[in-house]
Amino acid sequence: MALAVGAYPVTPGRLAALLWGKLRGLPEANAAAAVIFAIRGPRILGAMLVGSALASAGASYQGLFRNPLVSPDILGVSSGAALGAVVGIFLALPVAGIEATAFVGGLAAVLSVYGVAAAIRGRDPVLLLVLSGVVIGALMGSGVALLKFLADPENQLPAITFWLLGSLASFDRGDLLVVAAPVAVALLPLILLRWQLDVMTLGDEEASALGVRVRLVRGSVIAAATLMTAAAVAVSGIVGWVGLVVPHIARLIVGPAFARLLPMAALLGAAFLLLVDTAARTLGTIELPLGVLTAVIGTPVFLLLLARGGRGWN
Amino acid sequence: MELTERGLAVQALSFGYRDRAVGRNVSFGIAPGEVLCLLGPNGGGKTTLLKTILGLLPPLAGRVAIDGEDLAGWNARRRARAFGYVPQSGAGQFPFTVREMVLMGRVAHRPAFAAPSAADRAATEAALESLGISRLAGRDWLRISGGERQLALIARALAQQPRVLVLDEPTANLDFGNQLRVLRQMRNLAGQGLALLFSTHHPEQAFACATQVALLHDGEAARIAPPADAITSETMSLLYGVEVEIVGVGAAMKACVPRGWSDGRT
Repeated sequence: MALAVGAYPVTPGRLAALLWGKLRGLPEANAAAAVIFAIRGPRILGAMLVGSALASAGASYQGLFRNPLVSPDILGVSSGAALGAVVGIFLALPVAGIEATAFVGGLAAVLSVYGVAAAIRGRDPVLLLVLSGVVIGALMGSGVALLKFLADPENQLPAITFWLLGSLASFDRGDLLVVAAPVAVALLPLILLRWQLDVMTLGDEEASALGVRVRLVRGSVIAAATLMTAAAVAVSGIVGWVGLVVPHIARLIVGPAFARLLPMAALLGAAFLLLVDTAARTLGTIELPLGVLTAVIGTPVFLLLLARGGRGWN
Repeated sequence: MELTERGLAVQALSFGYRDRAVGRNVSFGIAPGEVLCLLGPNGGGKTTLLKTILGLLPPLAGRVAIDGEDLAGWNARRRARAFGYVPQSGAGQFPFTVREMVLMGRVAHRPAFAAPSAADRAATEAALESLGISRLAGRDWLRISGGERQLALIARALAQQPRVLVLDEPTANLDFGNQLRVLRQMRNLAGQGLALLFSTHHPEQAFACATQVALLHDGEAARIAPPADAITSETMSLLYGVEVEIVGVGAAMKACVPRGWSDGRT
């Protein structure tokens, strides 16, 4: 259905015919085929990939930091990755280069947040983690602001600003591979370590006493989840809330065991972002920024979860 | 002190943190089927000692051995198959079921990436069964009572199929009935040939289920002896700074009663 709706509507019958033709390898040289296979198809796959990457990363961080409140946004990973990506845009790097700088930025952010929280050793580690995430996130944000200030107002500034709002509008087939490859690479350790991650939710000492190699598992999971976030941020900008809200809903459905939580979060994330992105490009006469829509949808859902104080909260 | 051939041996162990030693020169042994009760005041280093024995903290000096094998250099996985650990309070934040929680005791028994095997699931059910909490298997970890949680943590430690069971204040925060249930289970487990080490704030519990008592005073094991010899008016006064009388209850039990309270003076 997402294939059919949009500024250039395609009837279901026509769509079925086109897809059937594509499957049989027939050449299709008309406008509808171009819209579907070159523009909408990649964008739909892109939305699903980005959604599942953000949701999987969120589920991993939540388990690892033993806190249903953390997410790529709150840990500062998104803003770190955004700063890295803006540096990439500023230097006019190709998409893969932007992805690399985003990964470095995201990793730097999550390590400093974790380092600050661990160094202070206060009474409430969860609060410390969230607060240091806010602080580091703000620092990264001011870095982004500085780069916007320095950017060329004709070309770079609009590109950076629009990109920061979160959008898949310029997503094409080339981007697909750029985001799919790191997401697949990062998904592998998360899938392999799914049982160990369950034990990690008990805290370092209990996990170690149960036989988990805590440092190794934590390092691998942080690297994997940060790589996924960076890949998503590099192609879609900052799309908030997916990494926080979707894992929650997934946990309500299948429980906290990572072997079921990870696939459910990935599926829901894909479905959610596809829905939101389809809405973003069809609701108004102009395309709405994706990040704005996810925030509008995510905030009330989050507040509802908070108010219910339901499963997953302590 | 001689190292016991079988079971747990702690030899001249100094423990604490890099900049601050908490205890020195602690030695004792626990043979299979024996229960050692660790008594000491708040902040006296009981938990630090237990964590050092478990290998969660590096020892400052001395050694820990199981069945004559030195534990230095063992990785977390190997330790987890030797020691079952029941922490003071399970730190679970997520709504796992009790069965999932107990199943986590099995991670050290399979390759790091493997899903639980049929044997893992069977061991989980057996552990739940042996503590009589099979009915709780499907319940939400965050929504069971403190006593039920404690029994589930013991079940998880049993699922580890350990040689030594270490329990850190297993009856803290439990009501009277649950305390007795946990102590009874501990006696059963020792009867099945496990070596047990537990810490507590209640000296009476040593009479109820311990074969040996270690008194941790000023970071040293002031005395290691059977309960009747270790727990006296003098040692309790030394340890806790209160005057108590040790009163016999029936043939084997004793109680610590504050001096003067039993005859109504005060």
